[in-house]
Amino acid sequence: MTQGAPSVGVVIAHVNTFTLTGLEPRRVTVEVDLRAGLPAFTIVGLGDQAVREARERVRAAIHNSGFAFPDKRVTVNLAPAYLRKSGPGFDLAIACGVLAASGQIPLEHLDRLAIFGELALGGAIRPGRGVLAVAEGVRDAGLEGLVVAAERAGEAALVDTITVHGASSLAQAAALLRGLPVDGAPGAAAGPAHEALTRAAPSTAIVDLADVRGHASVLGSLTIAAAGGHNLLFTGPPGTGKTMLARRLPSILPPLTRPEALEVTRIQSVVGLRGATSLLVERPFRAPHHHISASGLVGGGAVPVPGEATLAHHGVLFLDELSEFSRDALEALRQPLEDGRVAIVRGQRTAIYPTRIMLVAATNPCPCGYLGSDRCRCSEPELARHRRRLSGPLLDRIDLQVHVARPSAEELRGPAHCSSATERERVMLARERQLARLEGSRATCNAHMDAAQVRRLVRLAPDAERELWRDYDKGALSARGHQRVLRVARTVADLAGSETVGRVHVLHALALRRDGVAEAESA
Amino acid sequence: MSAPIAGTAACADCLRRSWLLAALAPNLDLVWKRRRPLRDVLSLDDLALVEALGGKERAGLLARHAAFDVAAALRACARAAVEPVCVHDHRFPGRLRTGPGGPRLLHVAGGLGRLGRLAGGGARDGDAVPAVAIVGTRRASPEGLEMASALGRGLARAGVTVVSGMALGIDSAAHVGALDGGAATVAVLAGAAEIAYPRSKSVLHKRIVAEACAVSELPPGFEPFRWCFPARNRIIAGLAQLTVVVEGAERSGSLITADFASALGREVAAVPGRATSPRTRGSNGLIRDGAAVILGVDDVLDAVLGFDRVPDPGQAGRRAGTIGPELAELLDAVAGGCDTVAALARTPAEADAALLGLAELEGHGLLRRSGGGRYVLMGG
Repeated sequence: MTQGAPSVGVVIAHVNTFTLTGLEPRRVTVEVDLRAGLPAFTIVGLGDQAVREARERVRAAIHNSGFAFPDKRVTVNLAPAYLRKSGPGFDLAIACGVLAASGQIPLEHLDRLAIFGELALGGAIRPGRGVLAVAEGVRDAGLEGLVVAAERAGEAALVDTITVHGASSLAQAAALLRGLPVDGAPGAAAGPAHEALTRAAPSTAIVDLADVRGHASVLGSLTIAAAGGHNLLFTGPPGTGKTMLARRLPSILPPLTRPEALEVTRIQSVVGLRGATSLLVERPFRAPHHHISASGLVGGGAVPVPGEATLAHHGVLFLDELSEFSRDALEALRQPLEDGRVAIVRGQRTAIYPTRIMLVAATNPCPCGYLGSDRCRCSEPELARHRRRLSGPLLDRIDLQVHVARPSAEELRGPAHCSSATERERVMLARERQLARLEGSRATCNAHMDAAQVRRLVRLAPDAERELWRDYDKGALSARGHQRVLRVARTVADLAGSETVGRVHVLHALALRRDGVAEAESA
Repeated sequence: MSAPIAGTAACADCLRRSWLLAALAPNLDLVWKRRRPLRDVLSLDDLALVEALGGKERAGLLARHAAFDVAAALRACARAAVEPVCVHDHRFPGRLRTGPGGPRLLHVAGGLGRLGRLAGGGARDGDAVPAVAIVGTRRASPEGLEMASALGRGLARAGVTVVSGMALGIDSAAHVGALDGGAATVAVLAGAAEIAYPRSKSVLHKRIVAEACAVSELPPGFEPFRWCFPARNRIIAGLAQLTVVVEGAERSGSLITADFASALGREVAAVPGRATSPRTRGSNGLIRDGAAVILGVDDVLDAVLGFDRVPDPGQAGRRAGTIGPELAELLDAVAGGCDTVAALARTPAEADAALLGLAELEGHGLLRRSGGGRYVLMGG
């Protein structure tokens, strides 16, 4: 024992790691201080229960990996101290910090790397959530590399400017930090992910429009919705195929672009839906049950978590039985639909989740479903209640409203009208026209054009203009409805390969504008 | 025989009668449920009515009857902005003077003058304002509603008053059509004239009181009992020279109106519906039993005004000029029952064409979208 000198025995190690606020990575520095005194292990820095419990995991993992846990007063600080930290992702960084502070691994590499992972008591590194977001944080912070669980190395490697070191145990991670070779390739190849994007058709689409019989009057609207990214509402009696048709929408949507794919993959990684080793190519399709709460739909909770609208980002949010959803949930959907994102404010943290979705909904036209036929048994007040529930601001944001009729027996025996492959080809061509036109703006399809873009980019033929204003003057069209018709007409023209929006395109858009479901009775 | 109180159009006896009906209303409901002919009961005089229905309250009722405060009744009318008019005044609609069992007094919201213009005269043949009752089911089909409002519009435009009961469905559609066609309409209510019943029709009620008029047999503030609806129907039938049933099931209120009309010797007509539909079984039954068939407003006008009237140039002529043969064919198909895109098209290409055609016809104001993806013809 050296006596007296207070500096003796004091070592501080700094380890970089990340925590997630919403989907955003925040850099956190793990500081480890060893001090002579009664052996103790304290973690400070606004951690939640999972962070406090890291003490036990770290201690056991260090012992079980053949290292010695220092017989000293160990203080771990997670800086910055004001930021609330949650989750078990700090375990590995804390353990490495303790080992470095006690001289069991060198300090030298730590300032160039970030370390992220949860430890098992035996010393193994568990795959955690949100590795892609962390890897993006590493890149943005200007660090060189990232040590993560071997299973997640492929996901982290999607960020191709950083070096990813996969380790499956604390011992491996320590060996890595000592500069020793580690079994297994550090950092999975990023190659396959890029290849995946260049493939034209989604390989895993199980459902196809070629399975659909009848519904000649509906298929066109499905293609229009896919081509322009328009929100779509199906109404019709029970059992006619509304859900079946909606589920086939992803099969004709264009694949995700690379930036979109990164966003979607990051979201899915953060919520732990899948451990991605490659980028997602297909657009997400989410179909929450109608008992979902408002926060389940748009995100929320004491510690904010993303909702279904975010999980459907760049994809389709399908609400079956729209009228059965709670009023609250549907109201909550308005802002995300309008802004393409939702901000959830909780105390000192604000999580912003992206929600650029295509809303597809299906509903019965009345409580019994048979409105307009003799089978309808709904009373006037029931109808009014149904209409009230559906009408209003949400319906106002749905561009296409299409009635799905019951196909006849003859139609069911007949041939399919089209296949997903051919429709997808048309959709892609129409999207290309839109992308070229919208070059340099945030919008990527007609549905996302703002008012100024609509004014500038939707060029109407003179007779089309007259057609539209005639409806407007009759009072049949609101100002917002007017804009919507223009966007849809633009898409119809894009599908037809026409740069000018003609009269037939406007008429087509007008015809798809509104089904009778929300219409008040004439009296 | 009593004379109207000075400055009003109602006499004390008739005001008291109206009060008595309201006071006996719960008991009358029991009578109605036992299926005693309403007309027989209502033709009893005041004292006999109390004797027959008063039950244990007879003595109290007789005392209140004797002490009836006419001034208070008139004040209540003034507060509710309704004017009473009784059979003893010349302004009482002549066609309503139907003898025993008929109404003796009407409370009018919207003005006596207006009632005179819309339903006046008729004391002698030939000088009556033409009036037609349009009645039907509360749960109407989109076609039925469209038919009712088209008839209402066309009749009002031709100067024929549309009488109906402001119920949900056909009745209200007829009133709305008539208001749009020039406000020639009278709503006969089962409750008080100044109260919108059903309450969901309060906007329509306000419009009717502001532009046309609403009448009721019962005093201000009265909320209807079940017998009041058939009683109201006898006034509807009485005010009109022709009763048209648009859609009505068997044993429906509209058939009761038709029964009253034929009992009064007035004409009954019906709009035919699908043979198998329960919703139109009643109205189709009337046709089977000899009611006139109504296919459009012209048929009603023929029946009311005679064949020698100057025909309205109408929309038919204008239509033919504005749309091409293909659109006309499409319009015919919709009229023939192929009223959804799905029914009109077999392939996506046909569907697109049909959709465009329908949008065009809608733009011309010849079609309107309705529930369930259906299109209905705009009449009148």
